[in-house]
This record gives sequence, C-alpha cells and structure tokens, in this order.
Amino acid sequence: MAKVWVDGKAYEMNSGQNLLHGCLSNGLDLPYFCWHPAMGSVGACRQCAIRQYKDETDTTGRLVMACMTPVAEGALISIKDEEASAFRASVIEGLMMSHPHDCPVCDEGGECHLQDMTVMTGHTYRRYSFQKRTWRNQNLGPLINHEMNRCIQCYRCVRYYHDYAGGNDLQAFGLRNNVFFGRHEDGTLESEFSGNLVEICPTGVFTDKTSRWHYTRKWDLTFAPSVCAHCGTGCNTSPAERYGSLRRIINRYNSEVNGYFLCDRGRFGYEFVNSPERIREPLLGGVPIPPEAALDSFAGFLSAGEAIGIGSPRASLEANFALRRLVGAEHFYSGMDDAEHRAMAAILEILRAGPARTPSVREIEHSDAALVLGEDLTNTAPRLALALRMTVRQAEFRIAEKLHIPPWLDNSVREAAQSVRSPLFIATPSATRLDDVAARTFHGAPDEIARLGYAVARALDPAAPDVPRLTEEMAFLAGFVAEALRTARQPVIIAGPSLRNEALVRAAAAVARALHAAGKPALLAFTAPEANSMGLAMMEPRPLGEAFSSGARTAIVLENDLYRRAPADDVDAFLGATRHVVALDYLTNPTTAKAELALPAGTFAESDGTFVSNEGRAQRFFQAMLPAGLVQESWRWLGSPVLKNLDDAVLALVEAMPQFAGIVDAAPPSTYRVANAKVARAPFRYSGRTAEHANVSVHEPPPPDDPDSALSFSMEGASVNPPPSLIPFFWAPGWNSHQQALNRFQEEVAGVLKGGVPGARLIEPSGLPQSAPETVPAPFAPRAGEWLLVPLYHIFGSDELSERSPAIASLAPQPYVALGVEDAAQLAVSAGQEVSVAGRRLPVKIMPELPRGVAGLPAGLAPGIPPLPAWSVIAP
Amino acid sequence: MSPAETKPLTARMRPDGAALEMREYERAGGYQGLRKALAMTPQQVTEEVKNSNLRGRGGAGFPTGMKWSFTPLGPDAPHPKYVVANGDEMEPGTFKDRLLLEQDPHQLVEGMVIAGHATEADIGYIFIRGEYTLGIERTRRAIAEAYAAGYLGRNILGSGFSFELYVHVSAGRYMCGEETGLLNALEGKRANPRAKPPFPPVVGAFGQPTVINNIETLSSVPHIMANGSEWFCGLGKTKDAGTKLYGASGKVKRPGVWELPMGTTIREILFEHAGGMQDGLAFRGLLPGGASTDFLVEEHLDVPMDFTSVQKAGSRMGTGTMIVLDDKTCPVGMVWNLEQFFAQESCGWCTPCWSGLGWAARLLRAMEDGAGVDGDIEKLAGIARFCGPGHTFCALAPGAAEPLQSGIKYFREDFERHIREKRCPWR
Repeated sequence: MAKVWVDGKAYEMNSGQNLLHGCLSNGLDLPYFCWHPAMGSVGACRQCAIRQYKDETDTTGRLVMACMTPVAEGALISIKDEEASAFRASVIEGLMMSHPHDCPVCDEGGECHLQDMTVMTGHTYRRYSFQKRTWRNQNLGPLINHEMNRCIQCYRCVRYYHDYAGGNDLQAFGLRNNVFFGRHEDGTLESEFSGNLVEICPTGVFTDKTSRWHYTRKWDLTFAPSVCAHCGTGCNTSPAERYGSLRRIINRYNSEVNGYFLCDRGRFGYEFVNSPERIREPLLGGVPIPPEAALDSFAGFLSAGEAIGIGSPRASLEANFALRRLVGAEHFYSGMDDAEHRAMAAILEILRAGPARTPSVREIEHSDAALVLGEDLTNTAPRLALALRMTVRQAEFRIAEKLHIPPWLDNSVREAAQSVRSPLFIATPSATRLDDVAARTFHGAPDEIARLGYAVARALDPAAPDVPRLTEEMAFLAGFVAEALRTARQPVIIAGPSLRNEALVRAAAAVARALHAAGKPALLAFTAPEANSMGLAMMEPRPLGEAFSSGARTAIVLENDLYRRAPADDVDAFLGATRHVVALDYLTNPTTAKAELALPAGTFAESDGTFVSNEGRAQRFFQAMLPAGLVQESWRWLGSPVLKNLDDAVLALVEAMPQFAGIVDAAPPSTYRVANAKVARAPFRYSGRTAEHANVSVHEPPPPDDPDSALSFSMEGASVNPPPSLIPFFWAPGWNSHQQALNRFQEEVAGVLKGGVPGARLIEPSGLPQSAPETVPAPFAPRAGEWLLVPLYHIFGSDELSERSPAIASLAPQPYVALGVEDAAQLAVSAGQEVSVAGRRLPVKIMPELPRGVAGLPAGLAPGIPPLPAWSVIAP
Repeated sequence: MSPAETKPLTARMRPDGAALEMREYERAGGYQGLRKALAMTPQQVTEEVKNSNLRGRGGAGFPTGMKWSFTPLGPDAPHPKYVVANGDEMEPGTFKDRLLLEQDPHQLVEGMVIAGHATEADIGYIFIRGEYTLGIERTRRAIAEAYAAGYLGRNILGSGFSFELYVHVSAGRYMCGEETGLLNALEGKRANPRAKPPFPPVVGAFGQPTVINNIETLSSVPHIMANGSEWFCGLGKTKDAGTKLYGASGKVKRPGVWELPMGTTIREILFEHAGGMQDGLAFRGLLPGGASTDFLVEEHLDVPMDFTSVQKAGSRMGTGTMIVLDDKTCPVGMVWNLEQFFAQESCGWCTPCWSGLGWAARLLRAMEDGAGVDGDIEKLAGIARFCGPGHTFCALAPGAAEPLQSGIKYFREDFERHIREKRCPWR
C-alpha cells in the first residue's frame, strides 16, 4: 500500500495498481470509460485526466491519465483541479458529438455509464453543430442488439470480445471518428460469452435483445441475489422481474466465482420461466384442481404403500431434502443417470479425500498450467473455459513482470509477450472451442483419455499405476504434459462427469496426487453438469436404476424428466408399474405428462434455496418474483406443513445431514435486518409500487410478504451495504450502471465484496487415503460394425431448461450423428446424409478429430436416444 | 572543404537522378564507415554517435546515440533484436527521405548495418510508404547488391556480425510515422500508437528490443563513422550538429530540397535556395518543418533552422521542410486543408484526436463556405488546447494543433473576416 494525496487528503492505495484503480477503490468519483477492472488500462478515452504534482514545491503540475499512471508513495494529485475538470468535460463533449439524443428510447437509459459520466463531468451544453456520423446496424443474432450510432469509441467491446474472451468475429473497422465495431457482415456472434458485451459497453451499442421484447428500466425492476441454474459452476446472477415475468439476467459479481462475466446460456437462458408451457396449477390426471385437493390426493398416495422419492440435480438442497425427509433416506434416489451418478460419487469421494483442493474459478484463472481431461468446457462448464483464457495468459504477465510492465497496462503486456501462453492441454473426443489457446490437444475415446491421464501421473510419480500398451505418441505426450505441470507455479487439473467415465475422473485425481507426490500441490477441479449436481451427490442418494426395480407403489419425481436419465423403455416400464406417480416441475415434459399428479414447482426465479457448485460452494438463491398462480417452491409442497419457511428447511437439513452444516453461513436467515429493515429488492426509484395494480384495485397494497428471506419485494427497505449474499443489484449514487456501481461494493476494485465472498465451501481435503483401487482401463478397441456413441455437448441445447427459452433454442443445432473422416468413408456416407443409429435416422456431421470407432451424438438434443455412452450399429 | 565533406548526404548523388550503384558508392568512400564500425565494439560505435550529437531527423530530434544506448546488450539480452528505418514520410510538405531512398539507398543500408552492429541487432526493416515505388525498387536493389557483396547476411566482412535486412512496404497511414504505430503496422496490426513506457529499445517490434530511426538519421551514420564525430559536429552552424536536408514548398520560385549546414537561417533557405516568393506574391508565413509545426512569420526569418532555435521561436524544426504561405492564399483554407488531413489520419484511438480534429476541420470548412459564426474561433482555439501535449495518446493531435493555434494567433484577422463577411475573401 502507498499513501497518495488527493486534493490535499491522504488515501491508502494499492502500490501495484494505477491511480484510477486507487481513486475508485477509495470511493472517489473519477469518471472513466476505456479502463475496466478485469481488462486493465489502455489510455484511449482520456476521461480520467487528473493533475499530478512532482512534489510540494511543484505548483503547476501536469495533466496525466489516472489509469495510465502507477500509484507511487507520496504521490500528489488533484481530481478537482480546474483544468483537469474542464478537460474531462471536453472529453465528454467530444464523445457526445455524434451520440444520438435517444436516451428515452435506449435500452441503456437509467443504467448508462455514459449518462453517469456526462452528469459527473458537468458537460451539459452541445456546441457541436454539424451532422452526426451515422451507421447501419448489424443483426448480431438473437442475443445481442446492435446500435452503433450510440458508440463512443472506447474500444471496450473489442478488448473484451477479442482480447479477453478470444472471439474473432467482432473487430474495430475504420479509423478517425469513424470506427465501426461489429462483424465483417451480419450474423450471430460466435462467442459463447457475447452477452457480457451488454455490461461491458458503457452505453447502448450492445444491449440484451432477449430483454427488449419485454423491456423494463433498471429502476423499475425487482432483482434478487441468485445463482445460475444452467450448469454446476454456480455463477452468481441477478434475475430481474416486473409484473410477474422475468425480464433479464445480469451478472452478480462474486470475486471467487464468476467475477465480472457470465456465459450466454446463463444470461439468456432465463426465458423458460415465462414459458406458456409452465405448469401453473396442480393437475390430477391432467385436470386442474385446487391446492388443498392436490395435497389431499398427495397424502392419500403416500399412505397407499411404500413411496420412493427421485431427487434432482437441478433442484435445491432444500427441495431434495424435503423429499428425502418425506420418503426416508433409504427410499431417496438420485435423479441422475446411473453412469453420471457413479462419476459424481467418485468425484465427491476424491475431493473429500484429497490431497488436491477443489479451486474456485478465480484460482483456476491464476493457475499457470492446466490439463483438461474429457471436458469440452465451453459447452459443459462455460465459465471455466473463459477462466482458462486467463490461465494461459499467466505467462504473459510473467514476461511483463520481468520487463517492469505492470499487469494492468494491458496493451503493453500484450505487445511485450506477443501471445506467449502458459501451457494448456486438452484431451477430448473431438475438437473444442478452447483448442486455439491449447499447447497440445489429444483426441481419443473416453478410456484413452483416462489412459493419457494415468500416463501423465505415472510420468510424474513412479508409484502411480503403470499404463500398459501405451503408444509411443501417447507416452511422449504424457511426458511432455507431466513436465509442463511439474514446472508450473500452480498447475490445475480439470475433469468431469460429462463423458460418464469413472476411470477418467479417477485418472484426473491420479495426476493431481502424483503432482502432490512430486512436491507440486495441484488444484483439482471437476465440472458439475447441473446447478445442484454436487449438492445431490453429497446427499448420497441411491442410484436411479435401483428405483426402477424397487417395486414401489408411489413415486415422487422432483424436478426431473426421467426420460433424459434412462432409456425410454425402462422409464415407461417403471412409470407403468408404479401405482401413483407424482411429479413436481415447472415445465411440462414427458415425465409430467405421465404423472397422475403434477404439482407446479417454482423455478430458480420463484424459489429460495441452496445450490452446491462444482467447487463445493453452497450458495443461496432467492426469489426474484413471487410465483404466479398456485406455483410454489418444491420444498414447500413437500415440506408442508412442517417446513414453514426456508430457515426451517435449512436447519432441518443441517440437522439431518451434518455434511451440510456450512450452508447456514451461505446467507443470513430471514430474520436478518440492515438498520432494522429488510434489504430492498427494487431500486428506490422504482416507480408506482403502490399504483402498478391500480387497474385492479385503487387501494394501496402493502408490499408482498416474504417469510423466507431478509429481502423485501419492494423499493422500501435498506439499499445500503447489505451483506454480499443479499445484494440484489449494484447501484450507488451517481453510478447507475451495474458494472461500474460495483466499484462501491468491493473492498478494493476487482477484489472481494465488502463483507466477504458469498457462499460457503463445504468440501475440503480430509487427508484420508483414497480407498478405491486404481484400475487403468485397457486401450480402446473399435468394434467392427458398431460405434461407441459419446455425448457431444452444446452450450445452446444440451441444457434442459435453457433449451426451452426461445433465443437459446434458436441457436441449438439440429440432432446429428458425428463421425470421423475414415469412419464416414468406411460407411460410404457423407455430411448431411441420414443414417440409422440407436433406432433413429440422423444426418451425418463430419468431425475430423473424432477417433476411429467413436461416434458423437448431441447431448440432450436427440430424444429417444439412451443415455450415452453406448454402443450402436450405424447403418446408411 | 570538398562537397563530399560539407554535403555528405547528397554530394555523391548522380546529377541524372539515378540511384548510386554499389560500385559507385564504394568508389565514393561507401562502406568505409561500416568497416571502421565493425572494428569497434558496439558500445564504442554508440559512443561515437553520441559524441556526434546526431539528433533524430524525423522531427522529434531525440539524440540518436542515446536512443541506441537504451538497447540491452550482451549475452543476456533478448534476441532477435531489430533496427527499423522509418521511411513512412507522410508529413505534408516533406520529401527529403524520398530523395535519399531514390538516389543513395546504399548509404541507408550501410547506416542500418552500423546501427545493427551498435545494438547487436539481428534483423532490420526499412519501412517505406507504399507510394514511394521508385524508392522501394531502388532500395531493394541496393539490399540485393549489399547481400552479394557480403555487407549483409551472415558474418559480415568476416566480423562475426550477422544482419538480415528487409524492405517492408507500408499500406500507408500518417500514423505509421509515429514509431510505435509503425511497429504495430509492421506486426500486421492496426497502426495505433503504443503506450510508453515501455519504449521500443526495450519492447519494440514483436515484443523485442528495437531501435527505430528516420531514414535521414540512419543515412548520416556512415559519415560519422567514416569521418568521426568531431567532424560531424563541425558541420553545423549552431550547437546542433551535422547537415540537414531542408526543403521548401508553396509558391516559392524554386521548391526543392537542399543539404545545408544545420542551423542555416530560414531567410537563407527561403530566399537563396528556394529563390524567394514567386513574382507578385508576398511572404506571409511558413510552417518550418512540415504540417505539424507552428506557423512562423516575417519576424522569424533570421531564426536558424535547428532544433533549439526554432523551438525558442515558438515552433519546431520538425522535418526541416517548410511550407510557405503567400498573400494570395487563404490562411484559413490552408489550415482547413491541414486539419482535414490530420482528422482523416487520426487512428481513432484517443478522444481528443478523433473527436476534436474532425470538429476543427468542419468548423474551418464552414468558415471557408461562409457559414462561420461568432464563437467559432474560440471553439477552434479550444479544440487546439484540447488536443494539446499531454492530453492525447500520441503526438499526432498535438502536432495538428500547432498550425491551428498559431494560425489563429498570426492570422486572426483573416479568420474574423471570414465570419464577418460570410465568405472566403480569397475566393
């Protein structure tokens, strides 16, 4: 830390940072555009000009850009200086020259950084009297709206999209006051992280296209602290509601998890909440009935004989617990498919044993060598893929450090390091979208990937199991990978259950263990497919297959479509043989269609509960909206009348399963108050809370009650300094834009939120030895006439819920079967030609990287296909 | 003294304008400087250049030897290192490097090899604007000849020093004249300037240590090596050393470029070498060193054209090639022309430059079209301050502000007449 004098007052600033970072971290108002805490300084916009004096005797000083000037002990600067202030106003005048006066119809209005900075600098009067430059906008696909006329040329978009996120199809074209930020032609943005442009852009060039069909100003939205429901990484989100429908999702900063960025599935996958296919009332035999009647029927089913419960990796801990409590632990079954169940159980066992810790996303970003086994991360845990793009940059920061270039001086770091990368190794059946930054890739069948992992472990530690019949090529690669991991400062191994291959999971653990043995404590991350896969695994349910053979008379299916979990014939047989089937879910699906009783369950946006992320981090999510109709939280349906509110559910859960003791700390209880008030979910400028239903009744209603949380469904309540896990949205006086207001909520800009990191880590290594014996799989042997079908994942399409959201669904691929070039030639089929596979006719897609004997099917996108992997004949 | 000694850069050029072939160049003493330099250590070479007081001829006047000395040397230094010759020459009114490229490219090649030796560099690039087709062709031929004679390539003249040299033909932007913009262009990126520090001698082309010098600067180096720094210092009339290629354009009798002792007065250049104003025209002012320098007027005619003296007079020597304004040419029109150029050449990176210069050009155009209004001059002066030194990312906008601010200072009455009369009085 260094002491810096700003306008005569001393402030402590981080001496490794620049003055803009230091000023903002101290809560000072200094306007800026091009700088971003996650992307550093480039000095383009010149908005953060201040005056700096050499010493006490220097009375003139000089203008410097705060973002480009390092913090130095004893530095003397002035923000209020007249010339600096006038210059900052001139910068706004320049930026506003061609900016349209369309704030009233601009989606950014009310949360626009340009508006805020314009007000902050005091520039009010337009002196530019000539024509503005205008552009033709592009259709960038269903997610992002483009309005180039609003552009102020801050370059944040290309710096984020191209430099940070690795996208190639958004560029700066042209020059002078005539720079176009867009694609070479109209078309959907290719990056899976394009949605962050909405928050990166300081004005309304890039806005949320899904939101504009039901647009609401930020100040009229009701937000909630929430957790993404579309994979198991646990990104923190702020879903926003108005008039009973979910309007949009924005990023909710968590320094350890998502930081400033979300993936597009997480941001745009929310529309299923508003779907016409929602189950809005209890249905008995498909006929709506009142809730009391539904509960009566439900009680009757339960007393009719032995009842079993099938849990869900996408339902909260509380919902799964309420079910388990109702049916008894011995009748509680995992809602995952059996291979996934085994893989998740293995992952849990490995993480509990250690010695490797499971890292947060931030820790992955700060690692400097990574081995990915089996996971196509961009499609199975997208935020981790974005994190790895930072991991590979660690080598650049190392080079810059040697040259005394601070890491925040973004372009200089890049110019000096010239894209030298820290090593990333990716072993998957087919190509991935991260291959462009990988040092080496390996394509093989799942067992071969496991063998590669074991070979790396063996190369690091002679005590690791031997890998028989290793090819020379693989042995060389294993040695190369082992050396890179061993010599790294902080290696990380990443694997997961997506290929449903337990050996692969154990191989990843073997690499981590071997690195520990070699004196290099590695981090070990596993992906989790769904929002609560890890939490469900921690409940140690029985496998789904056993439920099918349990002979139960009543089955309660929690937030789960069993047809995605097991072969259709098996599910048909099970549901047919079970006397009473009760399904709780939000959307109609083949399982709810067969249920005798369907209960309308609340989505993440209408529920409170706890998810456990892949990191083992328990995070609470809260209702963004009161459920409409007769919808309520699954745990409320199942826990009635014992579990009266969320606190009851949490405490009962912890009492029943001590492994979840930590979740109490995931967020404050419902009785918590800030200055004797609940935390307001809505901004205090929320308009017409008492009038919005005046068309129904002119009586002024009280705000709806929320018995489950310390949050109010209103702008009434505390809006200052809520604890981090209860922050519904970021706003600060003068800082209406989400990402920039955030500066006021962090201990230091880009650091931890004031009050700590939201969530509670539940899994730490115990140091106990691993019990399972290591079995290195035999080399993969292709079969004559049969192919090993492996799942290929799609960020848009493979996830059950987001696929029911129109914008995401429009980006999902059509079902296909993928074959390597030689296999396609052997079958004498070409791309697009239909073949028979696993009882379906599907068009062929050629994926040259697929190994021989392996074919790929899109996960979750080809209904009727049994859970993969599976062997199948493929015939023209 | 012989012409070869007083006009080292141009004395041996052929009167027919053809390029000096290698044999001719050698006969006239060419590559002797290189031989001497190779017998010295890199540090000694740099020291000699430092002592010569050679300052960069691209406009900024940074001491060349000092620039070289920032390059890390020795066994721990990163390799490859680069020497880049800046032949972008897009400064309006400037055509001095073109003469050197077209008529004596070996002189440049020799200078680059010496610079390479002094900085222990491995690779050289001669960065030339695409329009200089003749210069490009002749420089390429010279490089081929030098390779054949062993002045380039592996183990040059048995010294153990190796140096590869390439011509890079630029797509052409004014920004490429800014050395870091040039580096980005060389790397195939947008020709935006880079943040400094790090400076190119530490982090330059492709992230490696790089020395970038103007063509004229590098062309002076062989003579310093051949004749010594003391001789070079003695060539100048004032404190700044050596000779300088001075030029004049505008409505003078004999526009051209001449090699003269550093510190020759404006009056001598304008009235002796350029022959004075064309008949019937009176001198009103001039931009002493290309478009990005402040106007000087009658009272400054006796200012010696060197870095220090011109700066004292309130302008910059810049490239040393003056653009002369006469009384039958509208000063507002001239400034408009220049600002239009700078506005077009702005890379679009920093706000004062891309927003301010475009606005200035439009205001000036409106004035020329008779649409100027009260307050426009103040707006223009404000833009010039907005684009001033320290406010922008690189020197382009401050350079563009110079003719604008000084134009208003010296020709304010002409600006006011445009507004008052709602027309351009010269049209």
